[in-house]
Amino acid sequence: MSKPKVAFYWCASCGGCEETVVDLAEDILGVVAAVDIVLWPVAMDFKYKSIEDMPDKSITATLLNGAIRSTEQEEMARLLRRKSQFLLAYGSCAVSGGIPGMANQFPREQILKFNYEECPTMVNEKKVHPQVSCSDEGHTLKLPQLHNVVRSLDQVVDVDYYVPGCPPTPKITKAAVTALLEGKLPPKGSVIGPDAALCEECPRKASKPSVWDYTQFVRPHHKLLDPEKCFLAQNVICMGPSTRAGCEGACTTGGMPCTGCFGPTSRVTDQGAKMMSSLCSNILAKDEEGINKTLDTIPDPIGTFYRYGLAKSILRRKVNLPA
Amino acid sequence: MEMNQKEIRIGFYVCHCGSNIAAMVDCPDVAKYVGTLPNVVLSRDYKYMCSDPGQELIAKDIAEHKLNRIVVASCSPLLHEHTFRGAVEAGGVNPFFFHMVNIREHDSWVHTDRKEATEKAKGLSQAAIARVAKHKKLEQKKVPIHPDVLVVGGGIAGIHAAMTLANAGKKVYLVEREPSIGGHMAKFDKTFPTLDCAACILTPKMSAVGSHPNITLLSYSEVTKMSGYVGNYDVTVKRKPRYINEDLCTGCQDCISHCVFKEPKFADEFNENLSKRRPVYIPFPQATPQVVLIDPEVCLNFKRSVLTDKCKKTCVEACGEKKAIDFTQKETLLDIKVGTIIVSTGFQTFDAKRIPQYGYGKYPGVYTALEIERLVNTSGPTGGHVVLRDGKTEPKSIGIIHCVGSRDKKTNRWCSRVCCMYSMKLAHLLKEHTGAEVYNFYIDMRTPGKGYEEFYDKLLEEGNHFIRGRVGEVTDWAFTKEEEGKLVIRVEDTLAGYVRRIPVDMVVLATGIEPHSDSNDVRRLFNMSCGSEGFFLERHPKLAPVNTFNDGIYIAGCCQGPRDIPDTVAQAGAAAAECMALIDKGHIEQEPNTAFVLADECCGCKSCLPLCPYTAITFDEALGKASINEALCKGCGTCVAACPSGSIVQNLFDDEEIFSEIKGVLAYE
Repeated sequence: MSKPKVAFYWCASCGGCEETVVDLAEDILGVVAAVDIVLWPVAMDFKYKSIEDMPDKSITATLLNGAIRSTEQEEMARLLRRKSQFLLAYGSCAVSGGIPGMANQFPREQILKFNYEECPTMVNEKKVHPQVSCSDEGHTLKLPQLHNVVRSLDQVVDVDYYVPGCPPTPKITKAAVTALLEGKLPPKGSVIGPDAALCEECPRKASKPSVWDYTQFVRPHHKLLDPEKCFLAQNVICMGPSTRAGCEGACTTGGMPCTGCFGPTSRVTDQGAKMMSSLCSNILAKDEEGINKTLDTIPDPIGTFYRYGLAKSILRRKVNLPA
Repeated sequence: MEMNQKEIRIGFYVCHCGSNIAAMVDCPDVAKYVGTLPNVVLSRDYKYMCSDPGQELIAKDIAEHKLNRIVVASCSPLLHEHTFRGAVEAGGVNPFFFHMVNIREHDSWVHTDRKEATEKAKGLSQAAIARVAKHKKLEQKKVPIHPDVLVVGGGIAGIHAAMTLANAGKKVYLVEREPSIGGHMAKFDKTFPTLDCAACILTPKMSAVGSHPNITLLSYSEVTKMSGYVGNYDVTVKRKPRYINEDLCTGCQDCISHCVFKEPKFADEFNENLSKRRPVYIPFPQATPQVVLIDPEVCLNFKRSVLTDKCKKTCVEACGEKKAIDFTQKETLLDIKVGTIIVSTGFQTFDAKRIPQYGYGKYPGVYTALEIERLVNTSGPTGGHVVLRDGKTEPKSIGIIHCVGSRDKKTNRWCSRVCCMYSMKLAHLLKEHTGAEVYNFYIDMRTPGKGYEEFYDKLLEEGNHFIRGRVGEVTDWAFTKEEEGKLVIRVEDTLAGYVRRIPVDMVVLATGIEPHSDSNDVRRLFNMSCGSEGFFLERHPKLAPVNTFNDGIYIAGCCQGPRDIPDTVAQAGAAAAECMALIDKGHIEQEPNTAFVLADECCGCKSCLPLCPYTAITFDEALGKASINEALCKGCGTCVAACPSGSIVQNLFDDEEIFSEIKGVLAYE
């Protein structure tokens, strides 16, 4: 029997997810021994053509990381979907848009204008913007184009499983790969990982108070923080209560609050809204002025509550354009 | 009927509510539209869905068309959700496979464009159709009810409610914060319009309360804490120290006559400070319980020092073998368990000093109505002899100013309802006692009530003067010789059409009724609501006038709004009957729209803990998880919204149901 075929692919991502695969350390040898890697652009040389030539569904599983930002990424997502039995959204960007998803706060033209003209470190006197095609010496080169918005993988193609995290931890990656290889797969659409929130496994949980009464919020660099005490109890916004567990408190153990990369639990539609609803319920002030004063201490609500989930959230985009 | 649950079969009914809805909403058109929606098997419009034939129609259709979901578009669920759930249940379908659309209060009553209102009714109905498909089968839980009742406040309302319940065999705790029950009524001389002696009708009831085997009278006490839920309330009562052992005191009052103070020296609150009392005293002769008390603020035994050691404890000596006096008594807390509570905490009278132009506190000749009640009372400070504050001068002319602190935007806007009548009663009594000329200054005479208008006629015949006009001021600035030494009432006589100056010896201010200054604390204590003026809010002015929004807690008397004694007693009886209706049923059916914690999923973040207004959430430190006592939960949803991991779910309001409803209403173009 031939070994199962596996593909790794990246779209709008930083490469951190690829690192995680390597972070499996010696376990990766077991994976490599058990499967045939048919595509892994970051590590090996493959041609898209050879994937196109494969029969449909001949790849057992594709682990795709990164959000869908460009036409090329969409094309590859559709191709890999067609060729794979299982398509896994790997990492926050593929799962819910991730950091690139925050670009949905701005129209594409504004982003391009800033990056190619207005950015202080940019020298671009001719104001050249990326083009979809260019010709040189009679040859025409076609280039991908940015979509209007950043999308999560499942906003483009059907996704079988989700592996959350920015990046997913080696443990959760191993769990996903093991489930695939052993055929012990959860119901389609499942997120690989526990379904309680992070506080469950946070070492700081015992220090949680029974009354919150927030009057202000501070950021981690604003004050000397108690390394053992719950961040929220120190008025630092920690997304732990509204974020799926599974990372074993990687950040909170390391002295930083959770920023929410594992996304919401299966019961929550919008992670950012839920966390805001929770925090606001516990603000001490009950009058509008007092509430505003407290909330004014959060300088970047989108970056705080929607750092990884804006593309997938129920918030409408500022501009109502097709994808 | 519910065998094939997979197939959703919805029956939809839109009610005309006579013309209440039909006048502004095209009901047949709504029914026609909803009939085209998915899962809708049957869609009708009907004149009165809440009528018996309307309810029977639902049951009949369920059988005939194998319906398993029902939506009724009609009035507010507050009014008829219960009715329709009953009809659905009668048809053999779980009553929670029902949803109600409010197209009356939310639509026909508030819109003026028939076309738009019809469109709105369709949109709202579409939302309900989408939602009801997601409804789950729920069971109403039965919780046993504790048969004992707490009555808070021992005025005539509390007394009557307690007696009614006790006579029916219920155990009652009657808590009164003053040393004696009786309330304001105990201070009155006569009652209008019959001129019954207030004491003659009240004091037998008071002593009956004191001796009733089913009533535990907790006087000089206050409720400090209440928790629990309908049928099972835990109440903490603070018992203030009287420095007298209530069980040992026989009420002989020997201690009072033997007090080191030979003459009474301290203001007597019961007589509106018109007389004096000793440090050891009984508020009034018929006080219940018949137990004295010691005022530690003035009793010399509490002020013992090297410099003053005048107290010889002669009271203890006089008490002798009874040994009822106990100077070491401390405040104690008593925990009681009751199933229902009646709040009858009464009112306070308007502070006449808030209207300085009437001169109360400035001119000794100006009195409040309550002071006059004491002054004309045979057991009052002067034995019923009406004299001015000098103790000897009988007034020859008296002016009674109505609406002091009532019907006035500057003070209280409401009519206190009793002042016209009690002013006339006092006019009658003052005339009877002194033969003085009595002038009533009124804005409007308000005498609706049995025998009230007749009483007004009687007063007119007796030769009392009635001058229509709001009094401008009371002054001692005399313009003429006749006015010298008198109080001059300046008023625009709006019937005669000119400004008059009426010189009198005595001015009586008919002060209005207002909520107690601490009524907000009482409101919070019992989780009740208040209107903007501060009176406790009834659940429905007509359909649930003694109920509050907190089940099992009822209100009676002036704490709910100004009213006279007959109305107060009627309301107290109604509140007692409401209690008995619950107690005799033996259990309470709880709405299943409660929230619950998904124990496996709760991460123990404690975000919900401080938020529950009903203290239904507890935290298990060992498990590190929150849990909700469903019996305490009222289904407000606060914790559900605040749970950051979505691990608290509320029956009838889970995400699937709410999102379906939203999608349903948004789907309507």
